[in-house]
Amino acid sequence: MIFPFLKTLFLSLRRGPATRRYPRVVRTPFPGTRGHLVNDAGKCIFCGVCARRCPAGALVVTRTPAHWTLDPYRCIVCGYCVEVCPKKSLRMEPWHRRESGGARGQG
Amino acid sequence: MNNATTSTPRRTVIPFGPQHPVLPEPLHLRLVLEDEKVVEAQPAVGYIHRGIEKLAEVKDFQQNVFLLEHVCGICSFIHALAYCQGIEELMGVEVPARARYLRVVWSELNRLHSHLLWLGLLADAFGFESLFMQIWRARERVLDLEEQTAGARIMLSTCTIGGVRRDLSAEQVGQVLRGLDELEREFDMFVPVVIKDATVKERLCGVGVLTQRQAQELGAVGPVARASGIARDLRVTGYAAYGELGVNPVIETDGDCYARTLVRVRELYQSLLLLRKALRHMPDSPIAVAVKGKPEGEVVMRVEQPRGEVMYYLKANGTATLERVRVRTPTFANLPALLAILPGCELADVPVITLSIDPCVSCTER
Repeated sequence: MIFPFLKTLFLSLRRGPATRRYPRVVRTPFPGTRGHLVNDAGKCIFCGVCARRCPAGALVVTRTPAHWTLDPYRCIVCGYCVEVCPKKSLRMEPWHRRESGGARGQG
Repeated sequence: MNNATTSTPRRTVIPFGPQHPVLPEPLHLRLVLEDEKVVEAQPAVGYIHRGIEKLAEVKDFQQNVFLLEHVCGICSFIHALAYCQGIEELMGVEVPARARYLRVVWSELNRLHSHLLWLGLLADAFGFESLFMQIWRARERVLDLEEQTAGARIMLSTCTIGGVRRDLSAEQVGQVLRGLDELEREFDMFVPVVIKDATVKERLCGVGVLTQRQAQELGAVGPVARASGIARDLRVTGYAAYGELGVNPVIETDGDCYARTLVRVRELYQSLLLLRKALRHMPDSPIAVAVKGKPEGEVVMRVEQPRGEVMYYLKANGTATLERVRVRTPTFANLPALLAILPGCELADVPVITLSIDPCVSCTER
């Protein structure tokens, strides 16, 4: 039963590898992908609804001083905060956050 | 290796797992061997307990949707679905028709990618590396479809109490349908190899036989039960839009590893069929209804996962947090069956047999 595989072999030769040479070739996410969370600070009223609703406790919001902080390591990128934000200042960007750290701690 | 001196000196105890190349999950089996034959298998789980059930008593009932989705990294949507359906039953929420169809779409995409992942791992377990790669290429297409429709590859986070959180445009429906056609062409290329290849059959046929009676008595669920001739598929109960779409359980009667493989392979095509039906007949309606108030009472919700039946028990007391969330996952139900079929088999067959129940240990321990 090698024949079904021969067909696959020829097709694969024609199609080339299914993998990419990351990091030289980076996969483009689909539009609408939840990659990472962005806050448009100009619109934010620091009401703290997002922080109260966040299932992972990744957001900390204080009114005075006006601070909005996201812990990217806790964030599960579910997008619930985007939904509940009354001023629509939060949005999801399709690209994933780049890896931080590295040998010399370059973010 | 651990040589135990028991009453019969020829017996050897070999640990299978928790780190084993065949299985990414930390399942630990203590195998008692006589020569190369397994006489007894003792399971030890508990390496990946995350305390999700306890955490679910702290988070509010809306946040739990996202939390419980993280019970499983493969059938994530179906966990959220089971939980949401439970809460909806407690609160008397009527889910709009389109949301019910979309729930089927994501459930079946989850099933496709779970079965493909499993088939790939099986091919890897009996040493057919190239087949493994071909199958996982097809799986990658399913993940792409999930990302296209839900915005994430694994943690879809699209289910919500009262409906779903994302809609599909007509264009997206077309894209998914085209993706399914491509997927079917890929299936047609590797499925004959899986079901007809002599080396594959050599490793699967007659190995790890679970009789219908055993499956019934040990309470096996999902493809394990269906491969032993028990027509038990919860989609037949018609939750979400399965009632309108119509599901016939896929049944095989041999009860061996080959039958379990066949059930899953046939379910791949069944899922394609259901997906096409759901996408073509999706009615126009809102995708979610607003949910007011707090849940109160007790409910048991059962839905069909790729691995079998998952059971959610929810107890609410009229506040935002639930009193108790209990999850019984399909692997937990299938472990007794695994322990029944392992004695008598060869040591070399243990990886394939263990894999044939598709164990998901991190769900089991939550």
